[in-house]
Amino acid sequence: MNVLIMGCGRVGARLAKLLAAAGHEVTVLDVNANAFARLGSEFTGTTLLGNGIDMDVLRRAGIERADAFVAATQGDNRNIMASQIAQKIFRVPRVVTRIYDPIRSDTFAELGLHAISPTVLGANAFYEALTGNQPSPPPS
Amino acid sequence: MYIIVAGGGKVGFYLGRELLAQGHEVLLIEKDPRRADMIQNELGNVVMVGMADEAAILEEAGAARADVICAVTGDDEDNLVISQVARKRFRVPRAIARINNPKNEEIFRLLGIDEVVSSTDLILAALEQEIPSETLVPLLRLRHADVEIVEAIIGPGSPLVGTALRDLRLPEQSNIAVIIREGNPIFPNPATTLRAGDEVIAMTRSNLEEQLRRLFFSQAAV
Repeated sequence: MNVLIMGCGRVGARLAKLLAAAGHEVTVLDVNANAFARLGSEFTGTTLLGNGIDMDVLRRAGIERADAFVAATQGDNRNIMASQIAQKIFRVPRVVTRIYDPIRSDTFAELGLHAISPTVLGANAFYEALTGNQPSPPPS
Repeated sequence: MYIIVAGGGKVGFYLGRELLAQGHEVLLIEKDPRRADMIQNELGNVVMVGMADEAAILEEAGAARADVICAVTGDDEDNLVISQVARKRFRVPRAIARINNPKNEEIFRLLGIDEVVSSTDLILAALEQEIPSETLVPLLRLRHADVEIVEAIIGPGSPLVGTALRDLRLPEQSNIAVIIREGNPIFPNPATTLRAGDEVIAMTRSNLEEQLRRLFFSQAAV
């Protein structure tokens, strides 16, 4: 699978390495060239400097050939905007978005984005580690 | 009208002030508490501290009964999300978004936000009025008769250079009154040919202006 990842932070870089090691074709996009250091010297994918909410940058990053798009920058709204561009304009078959804010995550999940909220996942993991139980649905 | 202004920067502040002066009910949402305080001192009790892209804040702001939301923060992605949450979650009838990167106008439109204001584009448009080579310059309008007198300058690369007026496909209710060539007026006849730099003064019905513009400035003119 051909995967385009926007945001080379800890999560983006780790995901890029996992996918590349599994034989997938990976391109990583970030606005900060220093971020690519996280990928290490063994990384076999492609890196590209640029902003993922710019359609020209996304084209240059090969979004038209991508099977999947991941938005994993620090900014929820930037992730949401880029993911919608990928999904609705470039018709990338599989789009996954990191959204920290659980409420916003719900809103855009309702609007058709596949949203992953590290806040919810993290809190649930802590809850489980502490109590040994799965948390019941959180109060909104 | 009840209008929510998201973003209390300079644009939001002056927009809020004008809307209040016009008698509208206004709520300004600003994330920075100090900035919000400052606005409150100037405009009164019309400010709420918070991030307007959060559904909980919009709910508290009464977005469900708002007539319009204006998303005017400095970040295009924030303005997009604010507009989308307001339109889709709270069914606000109108969302007007400020954009900074003119390229985002198309993205916003494709993502369902039709009303955008780009100061970059406005300045570009103002500049283009100073560069008449690609536009008809309106000289005079005879309102009572619905006649417009306009000027078009024939650029050096125009496909019309060397074309005789008789071969020009002018719209029916329009004609070329005079051509200014190197500062001198020429009262043309059908055999007169156009040259680069000619200032063509034409008279036309107001509703044919667009046809005329295309005739002078699109590549498929003749």
